[in-house]
Amino acid sequence: MVFDIYLLEAIINGLLLGGVLALLALGLNLIFGVIDVVWISYAELVMAGMYGVYWLYAFFGVPLVLAALIAIFGVAVLGFLVHYLVISPILGKPPINQLLATGGLLFFLQSFATLLFGVEFRNIGLRLPVIELWDMYFSFARILAFAAALIGMVSLYVFLKRTFMGTAIRAVAQDREIMATMGVNTRQVYLITSAIGGGLAGLAAGLLVLQYDVHPAVGLSFGPITFMICVLGGLGNLLGGFVAAFIMSQFISIGGFYLDLEWGYVIAFVFFIVMMFLRPQGILGRRG
Amino acid sequence: MLELRSVSARYGSFQALFDVSLDVRAGEAVAVLGPNGAGKTTLLRVISGLLPVAAGELTMEGRSLLDLPPHRIIETGIAHVLENRRLFPRMSVEENLKMGAFIRGARARFRERLDVVYELFPRMAERRDQFAGTLSGGEQQMCAIGRALMSGPKILLMDEPSAGLAPVIVEQVFGLVDRLRGEGYTVLIVEQNVQQVLQLVDRAYLLEVGSIKTSGSAAELAADETLRRAYIGI
Amino acid sequence: MTGRRLQYAGLAVLVALPFVGVPEYYMHILVLILIWGFVYTAWAIMGRFGLVSLGHGAFLGIGAYTVALAWNLLGLTPWLGIPLGVGLAVLVAVVIGYPCFRFRVVGHYFALVTLALGEVVRLTIVALRDHTGGSLGLTPNRYGEGTSLYALQFADKEVFYVIALLLWLAGIWIWRRVDASMARFAMDALSEDEDAAASVGVHVTAQKLRITMLSAALTALGGGVYAQYLLYVNPGTVSGIGVSLQIVFAAIAGGMFTALGPTVGAMITIVLAETLRIAIGTEVIGLDTTIYGVMLILFIIFLPKGVLGGLIELYERRTAGGAGAMAGKREVGGGA
Repeated sequence: MVFDIYLLEAIINGLLLGGVLALLALGLNLIFGVIDVVWISYAELVMAGMYGVYWLYAFFGVPLVLAALIAIFGVAVLGFLVHYLVISPILGKPPINQLLATGGLLFFLQSFATLLFGVEFRNIGLRLPVIELWDMYFSFARILAFAAALIGMVSLYVFLKRTFMGTAIRAVAQDREIMATMGVNTRQVYLITSAIGGGLAGLAAGLLVLQYDVHPAVGLSFGPITFMICVLGGLGNLLGGFVAAFIMSQFISIGGFYLDLEWGYVIAFVFFIVMMFLRPQGILGRRG
Repeated sequence: MLELRSVSARYGSFQALFDVSLDVRAGEAVAVLGPNGAGKTTLLRVISGLLPVAAGELTMEGRSLLDLPPHRIIETGIAHVLENRRLFPRMSVEENLKMGAFIRGARARFRERLDVVYELFPRMAERRDQFAGTLSGGEQQMCAIGRALMSGPKILLMDEPSAGLAPVIVEQVFGLVDRLRGEGYTVLIVEQNVQQVLQLVDRAYLLEVGSIKTSGSAAELAADETLRRAYIGI
Repeated sequence: MTGRRLQYAGLAVLVALPFVGVPEYYMHILVLILIWGFVYTAWAIMGRFGLVSLGHGAFLGIGAYTVALAWNLLGLTPWLGIPLGVGLAVLVAVVIGYPCFRFRVVGHYFALVTLALGEVVRLTIVALRDHTGGSLGLTPNRYGEGTSLYALQFADKEVFYVIALLLWLAGIWIWRRVDASMARFAMDALSEDEDAAASVGVHVTAQKLRITMLSAALTALGGGVYAQYLLYVNPGTVSGIGVSLQIVFAAIAGGMFTALGPTVGAMITIVLAETLRIAIGTEVIGLDTTIYGVMLILFIIFLPKGVLGGLIELYERRTAGGAGAMAGKREVGGGA
């Protein structure tokens, strides 16, 4: 095949998209790995954060960076509350109940957003430049999102690796039962993990709002792909999720380049289903 | 130092301990012996808070442990070396040791105690960056004991440290326990390896079907005919 | 005895309804309850055995779009279009189900695979916008005056009521058959412990596959009838994650372990939505579903067996205990 500069553009755009997807998957994966719960409503937390940024920026004129920081904090609090109010009462129940309870939360957050903001698509109305490079065009918002997502992921890595609490969070994912003998309050670890997961969703929200319109159902457009990425990488496997995010984003981007954006997603999902049969433990996962 | 008065415990509807009374004085090494399923592991789990006390009293240095949440018990100076080691397999040796120093009082002295543990187990220093899951059985036991020491405990609860190890390694592990005694640690050890453990401890209790059957000095129990026949097989 | 007499009385009322002149709006609500009740029952046939599908929108969408597309593009009567949709849905169920059960994709993983399936179908419908109308939806062409047996289009709601009632009764009957047959015991055994089931000679893969095919077929049938009733289909309302979750929640809210549970779920959700919509008006969009979402969370935390399941449990405890009758009543009031 001849070299195609537009294909290269699509691949690089896929890479940039992969950064944000990896960030989304990281939050969900962290929560799954540590608490053993799938938050079906994770993308709705992102949606809440997007509304938060939109609202602060467009209505109150709060500077964008500050609005994003407030959103990170706000969604972190929301994540904390999700665990405190919804998950912890049913922690010992069958996993499917927990999944469904967060599904109820999905409905709740979606309709609550409708109640507050209506069903209109809203845009923060910020025009960011487009960068031209050898005939290829990249939106600055995407590059910014990619960079910020990477910074977010590296900070989380450092936290998990260096601090006592971060180490405890990883330890809980390996053997939750014995944590009390080391003086670790697993309940506290779960709450902190949920808040971190929320904070990551808040960061993703601040980045996505630069590129996409906000509407109550916006979570549904990237929620499913986030789950698939997590499962593809091996649920709870942070590195696997990272790799899977870039694989899936290439499917979407290249598929979208040759066909349609929807076909890109269809191919990505079909790839996911097939991989579930071939490697149910995930591309980097361990068996069992 | 550690005292149990008529302690009972249960898993759901199954009662695992009946009126167990036991005490360990400071500086002592005490063994709990008994067949499989007698409730030895349960006893240690009750002390370290992994299993709630159903009835009775449990005190550490005169302070009741019953009103403490499980994760606070280690702060009173009780460290538990769990059955089957239970290391975090996909974390390095040093990270496992770091988890041992999680409690507030231990964090500040993490580096200092790390040196102590590495001095005690030079093997651990060599393998500090290796995943704990890749260690040999004996090394894993060292790591598990090291992890317990990182909290700066007064008493060590040891659950079958010799289980699943080759005889030579078992010797080493018991040698280790002996050294810990020399360092001034109080030890409560659960073992199936009756003969060897009786050479190591001051006193022992015999636990059968969740109740204390008999107790006495190590010498008395070693001479006890029924015990010899049942467990030592001589 | 009284239970059976109650059943016949209830059935008589249901059959008599279209002949006593129920206002059109209420007829519409009843038809919706019956069709959705049927779909939820179809989901519960597999859901109750631990096969929690988050992708039943796929089967519903296949059923609805096949009949509409066959009619519009090929001029194929719904009498053939609906079976075609059912067949397609069963085919998809096998293609997805067989490897899932063969490779023991269970729990979370099964739920997420089915979720992906639901999205694949929704996005395929959107992507085929030249034929399907994309996210704007699709309207089956009207045939003649609006009432035709050939086109399965009826201007009168009463006719659809009868069709929906028959459909729903068939659904309940099938649920009972599955419940009573040996398959039930086998499935109960394998939802608890696959290895144990396999050791007593239950062919786990085949059993699960059979139940999944049945559930997919019924769901697609429901989708086809739904399309014929509304004469409008939209990828958002018949496929995708939204409707898939709605199916799961309504079935669970009603109670998936009793025959009428999913129907009760349909009643609760539809009546609730309609009541709230009328009470609050269309000004405040989203309040009804907000309340609905909160209720779902509360249901799963406090009433995992659903309203009907919970009531039955309470009734059984009361008849067993006797003394706690008043306390029990108060609890029902509080719960409902």
